[in-house]
Amino acid sequence: MMVAAGAAMPYANDDDAASLSARQRWLAVLAKASVADLESAWSELPQRPRYRTLRPSETGLVMVRGRIGGTGQPFNLGEMTMTRAAVQLVDTTGAVTHTGFGHVAGCSAKHAELVALFDALLQNPDLHDELVSHVIEVLAARQAAEKAARAENLAATKVDFFTMVRGE
Amino acid sequence: MSGLGDPQSAAGDFAGLPPGFAEPVHDAQACFRTILDGLAHPGRIQEMPVSPAAGLPSPLGSAAASVALTLCDIDTKVWLDDKLTSASSYIAFHCGAAITADAGEASFALVADPADLPPLDAFSLGTDQYPERSTTLVIEVAGLVASYGVRISGPGIRDTARLGVAGLPARFWSERAALNELFPRGVDVLFVSGTQFAALPRSTRIAF
Repeated sequence: MMVAAGAAMPYANDDDAASLSARQRWLAVLAKASVADLESAWSELPQRPRYRTLRPSETGLVMVRGRIGGTGQPFNLGEMTMTRAAVQLVDTTGAVTHTGFGHVAGCSAKHAELVALFDALLQNPDLHDELVSHVIEVLAARQAAEKAARAENLAATKVDFFTMVRGE
Repeated sequence: MSGLGDPQSAAGDFAGLPPGFAEPVHDAQACFRTILDGLAHPGRIQEMPVSPAAGLPSPLGSAAASVALTLCDIDTKVWLDDKLTSASSYIAFHCGAAITADAGEASFALVADPADLPPLDAFSLGTDQYPERSTTLVIEVAGLVASYGVRISGPGIRDTARLGVAGLPARFWSERAALNELFPRGVDVLFVSGTQFAALPRSTRIAF
């Protein structure tokens, strides 16, 4: 997982690469958001879509791999719990319009399903911009603020070690 | 809006994909119990207790899909006959199983067109040390009856029973009878027809 995120992958064209990274960004923001935030965003939608679950939420383990210093040989860091879900939005005729996927850390079935639902909605060009500005950017800003606050708290406890040069 | 590509392609290959079991764990357990019971009673025609969601890729049958959803997973390679190539994304998505073109290395073979069935020894028969490494065939047939057809006997059958399978080429029975000599090697067969199925494990002997 950690390795794959930054790996250069061959894309058919730049457009594919751009849409993939845009999707990676919203999926990352959604996966890190709290269930409560997503639930309130869901209930605030002007119109909740019709959908069916393509794959109900299921919890499993994934092996997290890492590289020492980011460049060493990959090694298995350990397993983590992960939950995934897939949903399909359907229109009034019952035809599938968009398929969304959610992968989240932990074992919250609700979280994975909400991520998948928002992923599907964000693929709809009519809703995309609205959702990005009202949901994704809001969540991203909140996450950035939390991260900054945490970094600030930790910075206060930072200790710098240094050695005096002996004057000789 | 830029960067999202064509909305049609955004739905991708998943738009035509139906859901699998409604309750993946419990439905697979119910089907597993029934398949186990079917294998313990060769030739007994049974109804699959649970059907997967509607909209299966044609010509994948309901019972065949239930068997695949129940038994196939990431550790089993699945071979599909030419008519069932349409089902490869369904199997890959819901079972996580790899599709193989080599019948000899498949753990499961799904067959929708029995007339085009490869010779049975083209599938894996297992080895004497590891007979379980054989292929399990899931063959969609036109119909199943217990009142006429070949006489079968062996473990799980009191005296003899009959199993009539419609739409199966005649060579199947001679090829299957020839495999009896290789026991414990051989192939296990699940005949499926709509929502019904009947099992023909390798231990069953065939008389015409």
